[in-house]
Amino acid sequence: MSSETQNKAKEISEKWDNNPENIIEMMHDIQDEYKYLPREVIESLSNESNVPVSKILNIATFYNAFSLKPKGKHKICVCMGTPCHTLGAARVAEALERELKIKMGETTPDLKYSLEETRCLSACGLAPVVVIGEDLYGPATVPNIPKLLKKYEKK
Amino acid sequence: MKPYTIQLMICAGTGCVSNQSFEIKEVLEKEIKKHNLQNEAMVVTTGCNGFCGAGPIMVVQPDGIFYQYLKVTDIPYLVEEHLVKGRPVKKFMYVPPKEEIPIPRMNKIPFFSGQTLVALRNRGMIDPEFIEDYIARGGYRALAKVLTTMSPDEVLKEIKKSGLRGRGGGGFPTGVKWETCKKIPGDRKFVICNADEGDPGAFMDRSIIEGDPHSVIEGMIIGAYAIENVREGYIYVRMEYPLAIKRFNIAVQQAKDNGLLGDNIFDTNFCFDIKVRRGAGAFVCGESTALMASIMGNPGEPRAKYIHTVEKGLYDCPTCLNNVETWANIPQIVLKGADWFTGIGTGDVTHDPWGGSKGTKVFSLAGKVNNTGLVEVPMGITLREIVFNVGGGIRDGKRFKAVQTGGPSGGFIPESLVDLPVDYDELTKVGSMMGSGGMVVLDENNCMVDMAKFFLRFTQDESCGKCVPCREGTKRMYDILYRITKGEGKEEDLDLLEELSNMIVESSLCALGGSAPNPVLTSLKYFREEYLTHVRDKKCPAKVCRELLTFSIDPEKCLENGHGCGVCEKNCPDGAIYGEKKNVHFIDSMKCGKCGVCFDVCKFGAITVE
Ligand SMILES: Cc1cc2nc3c(=O)[nH]c(=O)nc-3n(C[C@H](O)[C@H](O)[C@H](O)COP(=O)(O)O)c2cc1C
Ligand code: SF4
Ligand code: SF4
Ligand code: SF4
Repeated sequence: MSSETQNKAKEISEKWDNNPENIIEMMHDIQDEYKYLPREVIESLSNESNVPVSKILNIATFYNAFSLKPKGKHKICVCMGTPCHTLGAARVAEALERELKIKMGETTPDLKYSLEETRCLSACGLAPVVVIGEDLYGPATVPNIPKLLKKYEKK
Repeated sequence: MKPYTIQLMICAGTGCVSNQSFEIKEVLEKEIKKHNLQNEAMVVTTGCNGFCGAGPIMVVQPDGIFYQYLKVTDIPYLVEEHLVKGRPVKKFMYVPPKEEIPIPRMNKIPFFSGQTLVALRNRGMIDPEFIEDYIARGGYRALAKVLTTMSPDEVLKEIKKSGLRGRGGGGFPTGVKWETCKKIPGDRKFVICNADEGDPGAFMDRSIIEGDPHSVIEGMIIGAYAIENVREGYIYVRMEYPLAIKRFNIAVQQAKDNGLLGDNIFDTNFCFDIKVRRGAGAFVCGESTALMASIMGNPGEPRAKYIHTVEKGLYDCPTCLNNVETWANIPQIVLKGADWFTGIGTGDVTHDPWGGSKGTKVFSLAGKVNNTGLVEVPMGITLREIVFNVGGGIRDGKRFKAVQTGGPSGGFIPESLVDLPVDYDELTKVGSMMGSGGMVVLDENNCMVDMAKFFLRFTQDESCGKCVPCREGTKRMYDILYRITKGEGKEEDLDLLEELSNMIVESSLCALGGSAPNPVLTSLKYFREEYLTHVRDKKCPAKVCRELLTFSIDPEKCLENGHGCGVCEKNCPDGAIYGEKKNVHFIDSMKCGKCGVCFDVCKFGAITVE
């Protein structure tokens, strides 16, 4: 176990008073830091917070917010809210699948992009909405997808 | 309020921020300096204005001139014209659909003038990150009144009298809930604000927190005072709302710094504090018992509510859970009185708290309507007024088909019921529900079977899996709907759907399962013909279910309008399109994967879908 991950886990656990009841907040902070929950950080966090690894894994799989696998550098999310659906989000999603040559939920082999559906982002005025990293785009249209992705090619 | 003569209120809600409202703010400030106007004009970032489809939005006060669709590059011109030469710029103003003359003033635009603001009274008027702005608009006056002149019982009486009902979905009378919580013995009680806002297509609560977080805090403090023995409060916010979380945290800190939260509030012996907790992406956590499990660091599985959470909630203590909008209404009711509140809305609540729907409701209007955004309207207003007056009618001149209210727990309301007054009881009567206020407008190009399938996919994804009817039943229903949209449905399927629905409604543990079949039941009730067309004729009249469609090219349009431009051929992922450049193109239906790309890319409307 590297000391860096141990320190991170310690720092986060202390921020939340080492209180096992705050485990979900601690996991959020780790997810924000690493973009997923690395196994060794989970183990360190378990030591620090006194929450069993099994319980952390249970929470991680119950909630959509957490991922146990690393994600691509650019996480692409297609909003699956009702207004986005009525305005063609499914077609936008397919266009992304075609462009990236991966299916929903997958990551490109070069770890550059991952593609996900996301729960409603409540930016419905801009439907259909696509989020790449922290950037929100809308209305996203099928013909625009290649241009949109180009912006991230070199990043 | 401030010594400046002109205020430029730029919207900094999620929608406008994504359209660069902060960059616009920077350029505005630079241009104002350039013209040496920094002592007269001030730029204020506000919460969501609600007119999200037209962002970024800016309102120039005190005249209330409304600008929309602004771009960074427009700003130098706008500052020069409006601020220097005093000529408001027409081309950035709102023009009603199908008209040509712009409406300069915000309060004359039907989208805004059709609204009655209570929960959203400060929208666009204050910078949500400054408590001073809130106070300047009468904020925390209700709290002062409560703590210095009213007993807890008197506060409770006022809320009961107002007839306020929960805005989170169920419409439970708030005063009754508070009273029950108050009566249960216990010296440690909690109040919680539910900001999980899980219904897809709903963004009322996000906008209230982003735009006016102190109104929620003030409401919660008043609630804690009225219920008594409440020293701790929580707000549970969806993790998908980073901006709301940030602003709420700032607001809590400012309230603490100003002695409005913490020990001995207003120098009385009343103490109360609020903690912020992030949700973790599970719809079921909007349900009261699941939400509380989640705050305590557990998976959000509902429990059976033989004992209600007002008796035994968070840490087994009596707990009062209310929605964001419910809390935001409280200070206004206290300030203006219950009689003012009961003057708005439907029914009579003097003897029966369930006897009517009082006050206003915030809806997020989205989908196929011209003005998407947040609208606050009096209870009892008709759907027609919301969709056609406030909402400005259907986009692109299409035909209105239905409104979906209540999210995955609600249902579809067909065009024939468009004059329905919107309140808790009327919506329930027609098989839908108020829900938290999501209102998605559908037009002739939306397929009801597809929409029902969409919601079932959502609920079966979000089912926590604890009980079989919900876990397995919604999956079965989804499979049947999927088959129908693929053209493999049978007529018996419709009866089977109804049977399964009734079984799930009756035997699910929590309301997620209990209301999951509503979208199917209402679409079957009002749009049975459309299901039958899918099943019998293997056709989708709205042209959505693509396994039932055929794509072809109209040779005349292709040649005459498009001169056989070949764009479709280049973009077809299946290589199903043939044709010489400058000549008519054809689709090989055997190869066509029905992706619809050709339809999207042909600029000449030559692709026909049957
Ligand atoms: C599956 C499910 C999801 C819910 N989601 C929410 C929600 O996102 N926001 C909300 O305020 N209430 C939600 N509710 C309703 C709450 O359980 C609760 O009734 C409400 O927060 C009470 O507040 P109110 O009386 O002020 O409406 C949900 C209920 C269920 C069963
Ligand atoms: S009805 Fe569904 S969501 Fe509710 S407890 Fe049962 S399985 Fe879980
Ligand atoms: S894109 Fe349209 S106009 Fe161009 S070749 Fe295809 S069908 Fe013809
Ligand atoms: S629908 Fe898709 S696969 Fe079929 S012809 Fe058009 S572009 Fe090609």
